[in-house]
Amino acid sequence: MNLSNHLPILIIALPLLTAFIIPLIGKINKKAPGIFATLTLGISLIFTILVAVKVMTAGAQVYVFGAKSTALTLPSGLQFPIRIIFEIDAMSIFMGLITAIVSFLGALYSLAFIEKEGGLDKYYSLLLLLTVGMFGMELTGDIFNFFVFLEIASIASVALISFRGPQAGEPAEAGFKYMVVSSISALIVLFAIGIFYGQYDVLNFAALAKLIRYSQLDKIALALMVPVLAMKAGAVPMHMWTPDAYSEAPAPITMILVAASQASLYALFRVTFSLYNIQLDTLTVGWIIIVFGLLSMFIGVTMAIIQKDIKRLMAYHAISQTGYMLLGVGVGLAVLNDPVALPKYGLTAMEGGIFHIMNHALYKGLLFLTAGALFYRTGTRDLNSMGGLAHSMKYTTIFFIIGAAAIAGLPPFNGFASKLLIYESVYRFNPLLSIIAMVVSILTLASFVKVFHSAFLGPKLPCFKEVQEVPRSMIFAMAVLSCIIIFFGLFPDVIVKNLVHPAAMSLIEQSKYSAIILGGR
Amino acid sequence: MISNFPFIAVIIFISLGIYTLLFKKNLIKIAIGLCLIENGANLFLIALGYKKEAVAPIYTLAPAGQAMVLPTPQALTLTSIVIGLATTALVLSVAMMVYKHYGTLDTDEVRRLRG
Amino acid sequence: MNPMSKIVRTITKFTYGIIIIFGLYIIVHGHLTPGGGFQGGAVTASAFALLLISYGNLTTDKFLKKDLFSFLESCGLTLFITLAFLGLGLTFFYNFLANSGGWFGNISAVGINPGDLNTGGVVPLMNIAVGLEVLSGLGLIVLVMAAAMEFTKKKENL
Repeated sequence: MNLSNHLPILIIALPLLTAFIIPLIGKINKKAPGIFATLTLGISLIFTILVAVKVMTAGAQVYVFGAKSTALTLPSGLQFPIRIIFEIDAMSIFMGLITAIVSFLGALYSLAFIEKEGGLDKYYSLLLLLTVGMFGMELTGDIFNFFVFLEIASIASVALISFRGPQAGEPAEAGFKYMVVSSISALIVLFAIGIFYGQYDVLNFAALAKLIRYSQLDKIALALMVPVLAMKAGAVPMHMWTPDAYSEAPAPITMILVAASQASLYALFRVTFSLYNIQLDTLTVGWIIIVFGLLSMFIGVTMAIIQKDIKRLMAYHAISQTGYMLLGVGVGLAVLNDPVALPKYGLTAMEGGIFHIMNHALYKGLLFLTAGALFYRTGTRDLNSMGGLAHSMKYTTIFFIIGAAAIAGLPPFNGFASKLLIYESVYRFNPLLSIIAMVVSILTLASFVKVFHSAFLGPKLPCFKEVQEVPRSMIFAMAVLSCIIIFFGLFPDVIVKNLVHPAAMSLIEQSKYSAIILGGR
Repeated sequence: MISNFPFIAVIIFISLGIYTLLFKKNLIKIAIGLCLIENGANLFLIALGYKKEAVAPIYTLAPAGQAMVLPTPQALTLTSIVIGLATTALVLSVAMMVYKHYGTLDTDEVRRLRG
Repeated sequence: MNPMSKIVRTITKFTYGIIIIFGLYIIVHGHLTPGGGFQGGAVTASAFALLLISYGNLTTDKFLKKDLFSFLESCGLTLFITLAFLGLGLTFFYNFLANSGGWFGNISAVGINPGDLNTGGVVPLMNIAVGLEVLSGLGLIVLVMAAAMEFTKKKENL
């Protein structure tokens, strides 16, 4: 049994097995579930890195469930695949790397953060199920399998958002709103899947991409799927659940929820680029995505400046940064069929948008973890009552400065690299969009200066006299994120050439996606 | 026309579900609206597999020489019903927690998170 | 909640076992007749709900233990994923018992046939695992929601 053949499925199967065993272990020992969960997610991270190396060198990987061998996509005598197939190309494993890093650090941070609550074995079990859902959404090549993993991730994240529900009322309210929104979006995705199945009788992304005819029903399915997947990703005007859900969840869960929203963004790109491949009217759909991006950027940052709750402010910034990703990839989609503009600035715009996905997960995760550290020591999230914490929490202050500089796009950090790629390419498409993006960046810096001033600067307050630094596992998680941010900021060339450029090319070369499974055509 | 009745019923279910989500104020009624939308989507999936005068797709002691309806949408609908059950159980539990802390199930009162 | 009248309680005593046996029949014959893991588990859990309604939640709490249900649920899930892992010699979820002569290993006939229970391979075992999980999970949900009623009664002074 060659283990390297089975690596793609072991990324998902090991956390699933651990998620089911943890309630049994939790009866024996109280501290064991956390350590088990962290170890399993660490092993998943190692496997993801190995699969990423294999995809970058050997091309896209395929894994067929339940067949006689892992690459048997077309059983003998059949023209179309009939089993569930995982298809991992460069864009999928790029998102998979983000998920692996973020969930491992989230579990590590939770070891100290969530220690005092009850029902810990269920917390870690749900965290592993959320990770399994996210990995499944990113790695699968079958559209109904995508719906099932989307629902697994939504249900697990609702239970985690309302985790402190027995003690306070607000997490339950936030969880209810999130559940209603994600349920509607999943059911509309199911309706669109029904439309595809009724016409073409296949459920595989690659087979659908080959058969699709862009009839009237396909246009209805596209019109249903694009807004609904943008709703799950937190784009304006469907963003109402984001501030409540991100602020009421425990801090490591918020970091993982950011990555879950980006998995829906990945699905949006996969549907518009690879599923509807040659037939799509890319200029119209591209402009719709650009308009979503512009609205998200602007409304996100203007609502963020006036907030008093630190995590709610950061959640509005998450909406605004999602707008940058939608803007970059939307420009790429709009010029996709234009042979002159695409190599000139379309490819750069897509690389900027896709690079921004990973940068956003990293620095937004770091900011949410520092907000969690502040909540852990002071017990409050209100900026008006905090002050002078830089005297006692030195490490947290440094990590906050790194995160705030990264999100504002200051030079030695990674936010600058991806934002520069987006600015210079979108400017050539339409100058007004780029100017709006730069103004939003300035407002982002303004709001984080406000947060830094009210939370960290100033004299030491008497009510926070005995506040000290947070435990070591939390510091370690934040330090790893800071190191990755600084490394990406100093050497963006390495990352863009090796990770982002193959991902952007795998979205642009649309016919390759179906050729991998259906064997050359 | 009469063969399109399941699809008309799907439209009616989904519109009634969306009406309930938008205009009703009780949290339990919102949960019922979610169930209605889910029932509409499941009915749509099953109605796709129908063939004229065909029997259920089971080989055990089946009548000979008959066509069978498509079995794949039935598997998809079963998965969707299971997911809907988990969703409904979770929504009702969260509504119970909201009642415990706010004392009311009216959405006009449950509004501490604003702005 | 208050127990129901004597007639309901007597009929419950008769039908409780029959419903559970019917549910288990649906689970085990899932690969031949309509049904399977989830459907049979849901039918069996309705027997627990019947017990809860007719006897009230205070009496039922002494009879059905929540810890046992939680343990059975984890066992069912672990059995399911272990069966999927055992096929890892070729691929994940590979049906290594079908047509092989071991447990559930008879050759399955193609086309219309009177069903043979001994066929199917890994599928009936997975049905049993999922059925065990669903019946304990749904039973647990129903018991915990009924237990939460005690809090509401105190709050509303009923």
